[in-house]
Amino acid sequence: MSQTMTPARVTPPPAPTDRRQRRRRPPHVVRRSIWTGALTAFVLVIVVYPLVWLVLGSLKTQSEFLNNPTFALPESWTNFSNYVTAVTDGNLGTYARNSVLAVFPSLAITILLGVAAGFALEVMVWKGRGTTLLLFLAGIMVPGQMILLPLFTMYFEVGITGTLWPLIITYSAIGLPLTVFMMATFFRNVPREIFEAATLDGANIFRTFFSIGLPLVRNAIFTVALVQFFFIWNDLLIALTFTNRDDLRTIQVGLLNFRGQFGQVDYGPTFAAICLNVFGTLAIYLFLNQRVMKGMTAGSVKG
Amino acid sequence: MRHVLGDKRAIALLLGPALLVYTLVMLVPVVWSFGYTFFEGNAITGFEPVGLDNFTRLLHDPDVRTATWFTVRFAVLLTLVQVIVGYLLALFYVFVLRRSSGIVRTLVFFPVVLPTVAVALLFQQLFESAPRTGPVNALLEAVGIGSVDWFASGTTAFWVIIAMETWRSMGFYAVLLYAGLVDIPEETLESARLDGASGFRLVRHIVVPLSLPVLLSAVIFSINGTLKVFDSVLALTNGGPGNQTTPLTLYMYQTSFTYGEYGYGSSIALLLTMFCLVVTLVIFRSSRRDLTKA
Repeated sequence: MSQTMTPARVTPPPAPTDRRQRRRRPPHVVRRSIWTGALTAFVLVIVVYPLVWLVLGSLKTQSEFLNNPTFALPESWTNFSNYVTAVTDGNLGTYARNSVLAVFPSLAITILLGVAAGFALEVMVWKGRGTTLLLFLAGIMVPGQMILLPLFTMYFEVGITGTLWPLIITYSAIGLPLTVFMMATFFRNVPREIFEAATLDGANIFRTFFSIGLPLVRNAIFTVALVQFFFIWNDLLIALTFTNRDDLRTIQVGLLNFRGQFGQVDYGPTFAAICLNVFGTLAIYLFLNQRVMKGMTAGSVKG
Repeated sequence: MRHVLGDKRAIALLLGPALLVYTLVMLVPVVWSFGYTFFEGNAITGFEPVGLDNFTRLLHDPDVRTATWFTVRFAVLLTLVQVIVGYLLALFYVFVLRRSSGIVRTLVFFPVVLPTVAVALLFQQLFESAPRTGPVNALLEAVGIGSVDWFASGTTAFWVIIAMETWRSMGFYAVLLYAGLVDIPEETLESARLDGASGFRLVRHIVVPLSLPVLLSAVIFSINGTLKVFDSVLALTNGGPGNQTTPLTLYMYQTSFTYGEYGYGSSIALLLTMFCLVVTLVIFRSSRRDLTKA
């Protein structure tokens, strides 16, 4: 992706004369690059080692955990029994399925509604659109705790507790403020003349939206969807509140209760379960990292 | 053209659904939750009006004081640490790694997308002291300091949460601030260098002042997020030992769902929302000031 090429600043060589005088790398340059290497290695070890340790741990047996030093490598590199235990006894398969069933429909709803609203708020001309945008923005600030209890009462009265619907509905709504905000920003960067030309050529507003607006912000929609995916997939608060049965739990709630189920002592399956949870996001990040980084920082108002 | 882009029916169709869902699921509950503060009870047992009792209780509850103090201390300290570590990383990317920083940036950013619960469970294991010595304690023993039972005291548990959140978010703030540093014009740096500024002095007198706006917004985003900390604390310490690492968010959750006190829970939620509102207003004011300056 083009983002990879973001021109990292080239700090010019210390001073031109410096270079010409000393052809071979002078000692202070060598020292400098050793320092750079060491510092880079230090940063990477801090970030990467815990994850490596996690994967190594998922391959160890219980006795290895208790008897071998914590830095030891696993005795067998093909011991995947922990993963089997995590998925079968730990119910991780069910939890992952619930997550998928809750996350993707809400993602689709949020994006669909949010993109249309962003278009109406930024491209179309009407009184009160500034206020409406502010109203949506205010939603970014409101902590989830403020809406939890009334929602619980509502879902209870309507009688949809005990299904995944509370999750889908809540996620769709909670994602809206950020989606609307980001989409409005993206539409703002599209030259107005394009939409005006389309209407002059006789396109009605829906044609302008579907044939002109959407294709222009297609990339942005994908970025927003990606950001929202991580927020919803990693959510704990909503999922914890509205999943009142074990077979409704999302992967995060399931993982939280995992240690309870096996007790803190059953290390192998716990490590394997954490690994499985991490791998999902890792896989996405592996392919789309530049876009994720761009999108996440663009959505940083969410904090 | 005006009537096409200003078509009322089209606006209603495009904006309507979003506004409806948003109003029903977010705006109405906010008002409703405010209404709950005058009641006691829950969805299952029913509600009883209690007037201002919840607010009186809020003022005198020592647990609220502990939770508020934790929340504020956590938000301020973590914001400082996140932004400073992120800024140091960003400086490192821009001035030391330069062109080759791409891969490092990408790797350090990675923990941002990891599920908080997974990271919290991982950190529980990293900082474990018994029955098995985790890597951190193993390192401390190797250096001769000796093992620490991190989750046994509120102070050490607090630092583990800070460490974990820093690990999780430093790559994010580094990328955010990196974008600001890259925007500093090369000519400015060059002329400062010609004037003899280099290394620390260049950063202190040229780079930091020029990146103040982006630093400020990083601080704001961070405060806004850290005030609402929930997942990490719940999964890492569950507020313990005792209630020493319980933020307002978690205290509200426990009050509402463990004890079924919706009215009091709503009052705590309201207190939290007030905090967030104040921070947001400060954001608005400061961002407006920046706009007029530009």
